[in-house]
Amino acid sequence: MAVIGHFALQGVQMMLVLLLAPLLTGFVRKMKARLLRRQGPPLFQPYRDLIRLMRKEVVLAENASWLFRFTPYFVFATTWIAASLVPTFQSGLLFSWSADLIALIALLGSARFFLALAGLDVGTSFGGIGSSREVMIASLAEPAMLMIVFTLALIVGSTQLSTMSAFMNSPAVGLRVSLGLGLIALVIVAIAENARIPVDNPATHLELTMVHEAMVLEYSGRHLALIELSAYLKLLLYVSLIACLFAPWGISATTVEPKTFVIGLAAYAVKLAAMSTFLAMFETAVAKMRVFRVPEFLGAALMMGLLATLLRFVSGSF
Amino acid sequence: MPGVALSLVGILLAAAAIAIPTSGTRMARPLVYGICLATTLCLMTVAATALIGKSATPSSLALPAGLPQLGAHFRIDALSAFFLFVVNLGAAAASLFAIGYGRHEETPERVLPFYPAYLAGMKLVVLADDAFVFLVAWEFMSLTSWALVIANHKESDNLRAGYIYLLMASFGTLALLLAFGLLAGAEGNYTFAVIRSAPPSAGIAALILILAIIGTGSKAGLVPLHAWLPLAHPAAPSHVSALMSGVMTKVAVYGFIRIVFEMLGPPGWWWSVVVLVCGGATATMGVLYALMQRDLKRVLAYSTIENIGIIFSALGLSLAFKSEGLASIAALALTAGLFHIFNHSLFKSLLFFGSGAVLNATGERDMEKLGGLIHSMPQTAFVFLVGCMAISALPPLNGFVSEWLAFQAILLSPQLPLWSLKLIIPAVGALLALSAALAAACFVRAFGITFLGRARTPAASRAQETDRFSLTAMLILAALCLVAGILPGVFIDLLAATVQFLVGGRMPPQTGIEWLSIIPIAEGRSSYNGLLVFLFMIISGTLAAIAIHRLASDKVRRGPAWDCGYPDPSPLTQYSAASFGQPIRRVFGTIVFRAQEVGEMPPPASTAPARLTVKLSDLIWDTFYAPISGGITFAAEQLNRLQFLTIRRYLTLVFAALVFLLLVLAIWQ
Repeated sequence: MAVIGHFALQGVQMMLVLLLAPLLTGFVRKMKARLLRRQGPPLFQPYRDLIRLMRKEVVLAENASWLFRFTPYFVFATTWIAASLVPTFQSGLLFSWSADLIALIALLGSARFFLALAGLDVGTSFGGIGSSREVMIASLAEPAMLMIVFTLALIVGSTQLSTMSAFMNSPAVGLRVSLGLGLIALVIVAIAENARIPVDNPATHLELTMVHEAMVLEYSGRHLALIELSAYLKLLLYVSLIACLFAPWGISATTVEPKTFVIGLAAYAVKLAAMSTFLAMFETAVAKMRVFRVPEFLGAALMMGLLATLLRFVSGSF
Repeated sequence: MPGVALSLVGILLAAAAIAIPTSGTRMARPLVYGICLATTLCLMTVAATALIGKSATPSSLALPAGLPQLGAHFRIDALSAFFLFVVNLGAAAASLFAIGYGRHEETPERVLPFYPAYLAGMKLVVLADDAFVFLVAWEFMSLTSWALVIANHKESDNLRAGYIYLLMASFGTLALLLAFGLLAGAEGNYTFAVIRSAPPSAGIAALILILAIIGTGSKAGLVPLHAWLPLAHPAAPSHVSALMSGVMTKVAVYGFIRIVFEMLGPPGWWWSVVVLVCGGATATMGVLYALMQRDLKRVLAYSTIENIGIIFSALGLSLAFKSEGLASIAALALTAGLFHIFNHSLFKSLLFFGSGAVLNATGERDMEKLGGLIHSMPQTAFVFLVGCMAISALPPLNGFVSEWLAFQAILLSPQLPLWSLKLIIPAVGALLALSAALAAACFVRAFGITFLGRARTPAASRAQETDRFSLTAMLILAALCLVAGILPGVFIDLLAATVQFLVGGRMPPQTGIEWLSIIPIAEGRSSYNGLLVFLFMIISGTLAAIAIHRLASDKVRRGPAWDCGYPDPSPLTQYSAASFGQPIRRVFGTIVFRAQEVGEMPPPASTAPARLTVKLSDLIWDTFYAPISGGITFAAEQLNRLQFLTIRRYLTLVFAALVFLLLVLAIWQ
């Protein structure tokens, strides 16, 4: 019985992230539009876009290979798994131990590996420019992310997300310099990984500075729908990750009670709304960077992560 | 047990002898490679039984050969059994690959005799139990591989590569010779058994450590002793490249482990610092160099340097924990290192085989002249992709598991009390993370430019799928990469005997854990389950595909590429290897390579083409090798004058030398 309950809970989590992800993106878009005093698209527009795209036929470039058709499914699968391993309303889910935070980052790395290859598959110059810039950004963002993980793992004594989240919720955490550095670095990495302003602009096409959009330029129909959905999921993943590590309030540990369940969900909704509002305000306030300024931006994150790790190595009190 | 192994090695040497007169005939190739395959498979079984079975106790053998008073000693213990297994697995795959690949060999008489001898040399190094046999086998291995490097001697680059390799190999052997001399002490006991029982004093041990790092590091490709590796490894025929990169570097690591972990006694606190710094620098430099290359095989060779860096970092961590008496964590770090040795031998062999298949199909190693091979060589492309994913440390494949273990060991190192380590280990961790991310970029580039896109030359568009033997060898290695990735617990447990032997501790047994996940320390701390991750990927990907095809649309239409409305028919407008690496070159290259880009724009209305020149300088070559080579040339030119003296002056010189020596003798006494 208990196993079925755990299974159900894991299923709820998987469906929750899948269904919530487009809404989060819709919410950010709506907020950005409102901040610019525009009406903006409806909140549920991303769902409509996805359904519309899925119903359309796929137009494949003539020399696209099997890899090009395989990539959307692979990217979607890995991103979905990664997103459903991050505690949202409840930690310690049935399969949460199958991949720790390092493995989760590597899973996202697998998705990016295929996406970058798909950008090169058709053999167009736009795809190439997107892929080469994506791997350049990733070559700095990934080590920065690992350094953040190291910092947190050294504080908590674990790379298991559930354990980390529970520890960060306990009074044992306290205010720490390394945590502050880690948070700033994590936000920078999250912005870069999700191709948001100032690193990349999710709203443009036909601009030489675009990275993610250039890479997936040749996709259409259901393939594009899956890629878009994966991008939504990735945004949700990073928001949930920041929430579960730095704002873990309301995430219940292992008990399955209706009350904690509702509290957890409500807290999660509030956190998502707050953080996406912050993201919208940030994106409205700053301008897009030149692409070769991005390494400095990400280098700062890497250095902060390294500094935080070093501080943790030097003394347990930082 | 060593007797069986030795007789199998004898068969290999006999095969080499048979190959000399017969190598011109048609049957020679399948015969020689067939014998090699059978023998290495038998040796693999021998190694596996020594590793698994009750016979994990060392068994040794002394033969009345070699030096008169010494004899020749051989031994199989847990350490040599593991390396014997890795060497023979790689050698078996290479032999199978070569049955098909060797068909394209232009001068088989330059390859066939040396190949079995080279295999025999590597095996003898691992089996040796005294310094004499070890060094002779080591040098035999170097010389036979040198002969294979210059097999295609008509290309002048290959000759230069062979020359530099020979110089560096002799230099490394010299360092090892001195190291063993110091180990043997004044009595000159060259058997490992005696050396093991009497570890040297701390000062001598320090000297031996440095000599061992130079001697084995120059063979393994540690920066800055790596200069020969990216020249020599790609020059050899591809199956030999695979052996040199995938296997011979591991034999060098074996030498390092044998000397440093076993013979030097308890490690000093600073040993790990040296090894960690070497390892971290090697990993990062190796992958940055790899990103700048356009020759596919040279990319792979530089990536070998990177992986050697990862292995040495893990070994350094293990030494640090061992010197503090933390046996169980030392075991974790050492398991990570040994597992990465195994993994790297799998995927690097696989990738070199793939590059060999591409070379045969197109006659090109230059990525800028390839492209679109996924259409004409689908199976090779698939297995090469698996290798690329594995080497980029992506789950669910094996490369990720060993790096994950290494990261877990790093996360336990704040327990080390030493300040220098507290500063160096996080830095090494950051370098490893950086090189893992850069490795992914490197292999996106290698696979994407070679196999994806459109063919850049007619040669690339005429490519055909490679033969069945080669494909089978590659498929087996790819399957092993997947198996080691999704069932890492089995492999970790197989390493336990070796780890126990070296650091006196082991990781907790992994195979009994439910769901077959791996838990290095405790479940609350960290765990990873490759099998579940793999299954989840398949299930959710398939579910998504079925749902979309059923409920939404499954129509496909082929059309011209979109490319924002401006598709260009020429394949030259695709991204090339150089342009793909350009952003990374701009970020890292200005420091590491002193990269300079000069753009020349013609004035308006001029029809001259615009030009972009990129200058990269190899800092290590310029700082270490160029001065030495320049100094030698200078000295030789000065001494050259002595060749043109008159007889009187020669006599004066001889007389002066005699007086000088007599004076020295007089002062000495």
